[in-house]
Amino acid sequence: MYPSRFRYEAPRSIEEAIALLQQGGGEAKLLAGGQSLVPLLKLRFASPELLIDINNLPGLDYHKVDPDGTIRIGALCRHADLERSAILASRQPTMAAAAPLVADPIVRNRGTLVGSLCHADPQGDWASVVTALGGHVVAQGPNGRRKIPVSQFVTGPFQNALAYDEIAVEAVIPAPKGTVAGGYLKLERRVGDFATAGVAVAIERSGAVVTRAGIALTGVGSATIDATEAAKALVGSPLSAETIAQAAELAAGAAQPRTDHRGSAAYKRQIVRTFVERILTRVEQSSEKAG
Amino acid sequence: MSGLFEEIHEQPAADVPTRRVSITVNGDKRVAQVEPRLLLAHLLRQGLKLTGTHTGCDTTNCGACTVLFDGKPIKSCTMLAVQADGHEVTTVEGLAGASELHPIQEGFKDEHGLQCGFCTPGMMLAAKALLEENPDPTEDEVRWALSGNLCRCTGYQNIVKSVMWAAKKMQAQSAS
Ligand SMILES: Cc1cc2nc3c(=O)[nH]c(=O)nc-3n(C[C@H](O)[C@H](O)[C@H](O)COP(=O)(O)OP(=O)(O)OC[C@H]3O[C@@H](n4cnc5c(N)ncnc54)[C@H](O)[C@@H]3O)c2cc1C
Repeated sequence: MYPSRFRYEAPRSIEEAIALLQQGGGEAKLLAGGQSLVPLLKLRFASPELLIDINNLPGLDYHKVDPDGTIRIGALCRHADLERSAILASRQPTMAAAAPLVADPIVRNRGTLVGSLCHADPQGDWASVVTALGGHVVAQGPNGRRKIPVSQFVTGPFQNALAYDEIAVEAVIPAPKGTVAGGYLKLERRVGDFATAGVAVAIERSGAVVTRAGIALTGVGSATIDATEAAKALVGSPLSAETIAQAAELAAGAAQPRTDHRGSAAYKRQIVRTFVERILTRVEQSSEKAG
Repeated sequence: MSGLFEEIHEQPAADVPTRRVSITVNGDKRVAQVEPRLLLAHLLRQGLKLTGTHTGCDTTNCGACTVLFDGKPIKSCTMLAVQADGHEVTTVEGLAGASELHPIQEGFKDEHGLQCGFCTPGMMLAAKALLEENPDPTEDEVRWALSGNLCRCTGYQNIVKSVMWAAKKMQAQSAS
C-alpha cells in the first residue's frame, strides 16, 4: 500500500511549521509519530497535499514538572517515554497506569500523547486520561498561543478544535491542590488492540475528603466521554462504598456504547461500572492501609 | 543507478519531486533518491534489496517489518523513507557477524523459535532492543517486549525460550 503523492517538508522551527500550515491552506497535515496518520495515508483515508513532518522541531520531546506540580508533555514526547517516566510513576498514577496500555511497545516508541489527543479517536486512551485530569492543550498559531481545555479540544470523532494553521505544542496537567490518586483500566481483546472500554479516574483529596474528581470513558461513545455527574458524586466526602457505587452507576449511565465486534452495549456498560468501582476501591483500600 | 524509486513498480512522473536521503543501514552509509511517500520498509526491500524485512499486514499491527531506528524498534511500514534521512537503521541482515550468527539467531535455531519464519526478523530485532536495555529479562519482560510482534505458527512459547537462551549466552559472553 502506498500513500497518494504529497509534498513533504520537515521544518526546523515551530514558526516555520506554522508558515507551512498557512501555505497549505487546510490541505496540509502535520506528521508526529505517524502511528495513526501513516496507516490512514496508506489506506488513502487521508490524502493531504502537503505533509509537514514535525519530528525535527527542537525542544518538544520533553515531559517535565514545574515547581508548582504542573506536568507538561511536549508534542514529541513518545508514549514510551511516558511508560518509562519516573515523574509519572511518583506523581501521576492515572497517567502512569495508562502509558503501558496504549497500543504495543513498538508503536509506543513513535506515537505521541499530543498526537493522540489531536487524532481524537473515540478509542484513544490519552484523551480520557487528560480529560479526567482536567488538562488542556496549548496551541500555537500565527497570532501566538492559546489554551484549550481537553474537554473542548476533542470536538467529535477524529475532530479537534485546532484552526488549520495551529499546531499543538504541549499538553498540560494542572498542579494538584490535594493528594493525588486514581488509575486507568482498559479491557482489550489482545495487546495492541484498541479499548473495548476504558476508564480513567483521577481524584484529589484533602485528608480523606475528595476535593476534586474526574472520570472519563474510552471507546463507549462517538468521542471521549467526560462523566462529570459521576465525578461530582465523589466530591465533598471521603470515599465510601456508597459514593463509589453511586459514581460507578452514574458513569455507566453516561456511557453511550454500541454493540460491535468487541462486545454488546450492555457488556461495555457493565465494564465501565466495574472499572470505576475497581479503581476507586483500590484507592480507598490503599489509603486505609497507609492511614 | 539513478533514482532508487525507479526500481519500484511505479515510476514517478517527471514533475514529481524526489529527495536525496542518506541513511546508515547496518553500519553502511546508503544514499537514495526517493519520493516522499515511499515507506521505509519498501526502500529497504525493493530499493536496497534487504528482503529480510518482511511486510505482513501493512496496517502496523503485525510487526514483521520491525527494524531498529537509532537503536529502537519501530515498524518500518509506518515510517516514510525520507524520515530516516540522517539516521541509523538496523535490519535483520545486520545481526550476524562475518562468520557467526548473533546469539539471538542461535537462540532461535537452538530452541526452534520459528516455523514459517515470516515474523522472525521482527521478533529478533525487538529482542535485540530488549536485551540491550535489559540484559537479564524475566519471561514476562520478554513477552512484554515481543507483544507488538505477531506470530501465527508457533504460539510464542519457543520464541520466548529462544530469547531467554540468547540472554544467557550474551551474559556469559560479556562475563568472559
Ligand atoms: C497497531 C496500533 C495500535 C494502536 N492502539 C492504540 C490504543 O490502544 N490506544 C490508543 O490510544 N492509541 C492507539 N494507537 C494509536 C497511537 O496511539 C498513535 O500514536 C496516536 O493515536 C497518534 O499519535 P502520533 O504521534 O502517532 O500522531 P500522528 O499519527 O502523526 O498524527 C495523528 C493526527 O494528529 C495530528 N497531529 C499530530 N501531532 C499534532 C500536533 N502536535 N499538532 C497538531 N496536530 C497534530 C496529525 O496531523 C494527524 O491528523 C494504535 C496505533 C497502532 C498503529
